[in-house]
Amino acid sequence: MNGPQVYFEIPVLKGLPITESMRNQWFVMLLILCLCVFLTHNLQKIPTGKQALAEKAVVMLNGLVDSTMGEGCRHYAPFVAAIMLSSLFGSLISVLGLRPTTADLNTTLGWALIVCFLIHYSNIKFHGLKAYLKGYLEPIFIMAPLNILSEIATPVSMSFRHFGNMAGGLVISTLLLSALAAFSNAILGFLPVPLLQIGIPGILSLYFDLFTACMQAFIFSMLTMAYVGNARS
Amino acid sequence: MDPRAFVAGMSALGAGCAMIAGLGPGIGEGYVAGQACAAIGRQPECQSDVTRTMILGIAMAESTGIYALVVALILIFANPLVNFYNS
Repeated sequence: MNGPQVYFEIPVLKGLPITESMRNQWFVMLLILCLCVFLTHNLQKIPTGKQALAEKAVVMLNGLVDSTMGEGCRHYAPFVAAIMLSSLFGSLISVLGLRPTTADLNTTLGWALIVCFLIHYSNIKFHGLKAYLKGYLEPIFIMAPLNILSEIATPVSMSFRHFGNMAGGLVISTLLLSALAAFSNAILGFLPVPLLQIGIPGILSLYFDLFTACMQAFIFSMLTMAYVGNARS
Repeated sequence: MDPRAFVAGMSALGAGCAMIAGLGPGIGEGYVAGQACAAIGRQPECQSDVTRTMILGIAMAESTGIYALVVALILIFANPLVNFYNS
């Protein structure tokens, strides 16, 4: 069980490593871009086929944003969709045998820091700088260190939740694979291939790769909407 | 005894102890799911709202368990203490 492989380092700022996670995330971005172009080119007045699918997805996402953040927050929908799709495809890429990009703290912490910036930006923009700073002194001024700590805890908890779920699944899958290899060597050692490795990890993969990936993408975007909506109200 | 071996063994023990924290989220999430079932049984028409809130609540309750998992992973795979005796 190793971390993401480092391919090479760009020699600026004490070496900027290009890792497996970054390569896979570029692949994911390319995939999403191709999907968007494929779904939206040649739009018709009366939708058919793939256009109906795309419109249904957009309507569902707009409804989710409206019901979670309240009316008048429709302009956050593209950002939420970007976070959700990056997270979903970044996790689901493990089905193709690539390392999931979300099993790397750098990826999820990056997203969480963007969301954290958006929370504070929305708060300042909506309430003004004075009310924003005054919010730290609620309910009394002694609580200021605790309020600052809870603001720092937001991106940490968001990123650790996503990273922990995906990395935990990756560790358990890897451990199970090696355990099955050792087990089939012990009882079916005369066969040239570890026979027990066939099929059994797939059942576990249904939960760890498919279910957890969809769940964490949904939770990350729901929390984004909840926090940003909370900052505006 | 090699101090590094001692540190490594104690880290493995610490990782195991950290995962005891899995108890709390397990109990909490089970309680949340049970309450959600009761709510849906009483008012089946608000099933989607209850489910969405339940998923969010479960995600929040899971945080402490995930912290324990991260601590255990760090202790096993990226232990900062093993290299303590090298310097």
